[in-house]
Amino acid sequence: MPEVETLERAADRPTNRDEAWRYADADFLAKAHPDAIHHWRTLEVPSGETRSEFMYNNTGVDCPGAIDRLRVHVRKGGRFEGFYIIAGGKYQRVELEVTLEEGAHFEFGGVTIGGGDKVQEFVTRTIHAEPNATSNQTVRAVQWGRSVGNFLGRIEVVKDAQKTDAAQNFRAILLEKGASANTKPELEIFADDVLCAHGAAIGQLDEGAAYYMAARGISPEVARRLQVQAFIGDAFVELGDADVRERMLEQALEQLDGAAL
Amino acid sequence: MLTIENLHAEVDGSNGKKPILKGLSLTVEAGEVHAIMGPNGAGKSTLAHVLGGKPGYEVTQGSVTFKGEPLFELDPHERAASGLFLGFQYPVEIPGVSNVQFLREALNSQRKYRGEEPLSGGDFLKLAKEKAALLKLDMEMLKRQVNVGFSGGEKKRAEMVQMGILDPAFAVLDETDSGLDIDALRVVGEGINTIMRAPDKGVLLITHYQRLLDVVKPDKVSILANGRIVQTGGPDLALRLEEEGYDAVMSEAVA
Repeated sequence: MPEVETLERAADRPTNRDEAWRYADADFLAKAHPDAIHHWRTLEVPSGETRSEFMYNNTGVDCPGAIDRLRVHVRKGGRFEGFYIIAGGKYQRVELEVTLEEGAHFEFGGVTIGGGDKVQEFVTRTIHAEPNATSNQTVRAVQWGRSVGNFLGRIEVVKDAQKTDAAQNFRAILLEKGASANTKPELEIFADDVLCAHGAAIGQLDEGAAYYMAARGISPEVARRLQVQAFIGDAFVELGDADVRERMLEQALEQLDGAAL
Repeated sequence: MLTIENLHAEVDGSNGKKPILKGLSLTVEAGEVHAIMGPNGAGKSTLAHVLGGKPGYEVTQGSVTFKGEPLFELDPHERAASGLFLGFQYPVEIPGVSNVQFLREALNSQRKYRGEEPLSGGDFLKLAKEKAALLKLDMEMLKRQVNVGFSGGEKKRAEMVQMGILDPAFAVLDETDSGLDIDALRVVGEGINTIMRAPDKGVLLITHYQRLLDVVKPDKVSILANGRIVQTGGPDLALRLEEEGYDAVMSEAVA
């Protein structure tokens, strides 16, 4: 039994004490192979060009966890758009680290949707490395059962990155008691002419709207689907391809159909 | 068509449950428009919400029969599907859902409940256009989110378009005239006449003012006060209320 190696590798693993992993599934982190944790995909967006990524993440019920980490470098005037749904678990994490050069833009839309004991999270680190770059992040969480939806969003604006415009918005809807959501915006700003907006809210579906829909003959299940569709739609407003947007919404909403609510 | 017998109901309030309806009885026959008037706090809106099945409104006694069936055995969406339409005093905004999608879901939910085939997208749009024109509501408005950014008058007109599309057997209209200017009032009133004036339909029209009754012309008028119907008469009762006020007319009734 190569115990020494095991200990060393264990030390490689993050734990809930690490800020960026504070809401992660502790069981998974304790057992996961370090390579599964530390692997990063990388992407470079050439100057003035646009790269987009759409991803529906659903590991299936038998998978103990999955981590997808992507490091993006956006050259001057380039644009990176990432739209993601996390529907799987038990632990599923999508992490993005995006560095923006002069005038570059990062557009991010994320949805976590799930029940049971799933832990689903988005973690972003946005680095405004040069002036005039912009970023916009919208995350929506829909949780039921004892599931958890998280968004950790760190924005770093370096000393010379004047005229940075960075926005971050997180909202969660908990369909049942016992579900939860966590968010923690982190702003580290070293330039003085900067706009950074962030907002967060956690709540329930609007009962008034549900009653109004019932009064028009819409069943509680359909009403909930409509409300959730409207809610998560926020995250994909900037997704230009209407067909992709519709498909992503449908995939997310399928989760609700299987939910015993 | 709608028979309310000895209805008692409580509402959840900040100080626990508060009794609002205290033995209300009322019958509306098919082909009838029955106006309900009454002072503030009498229970008019509570009556509407009890009939609609709003959460937080509890029936403690009495019964309501709608088209021969006990109403309270149905969930709110089932009441709507069996033909009961509730016009809201304050129509609710539903951000992110367009009127077109909302109404198509509503109509097809109702049709499904009644065992009818769903309406296709094209047929639905045709119907929506026709009803929107009737209420002089721009079709573009129906593509927007439900009631979001609508003025008070637009919300009420949109409600009537909804009623036109859903084509209910019975409508309970809770102060549909509030927030309307004189022109909009006429449009809405004529909308009610066109959609709901039929031998097999009925309307319970809750209002504060004679103005709407000038257009809709009720068959009967009842006064609701302190949770009960205290007086029922013909259209002239509304006119007398307008001239003399509730106190005068009601004290005469008691005397």
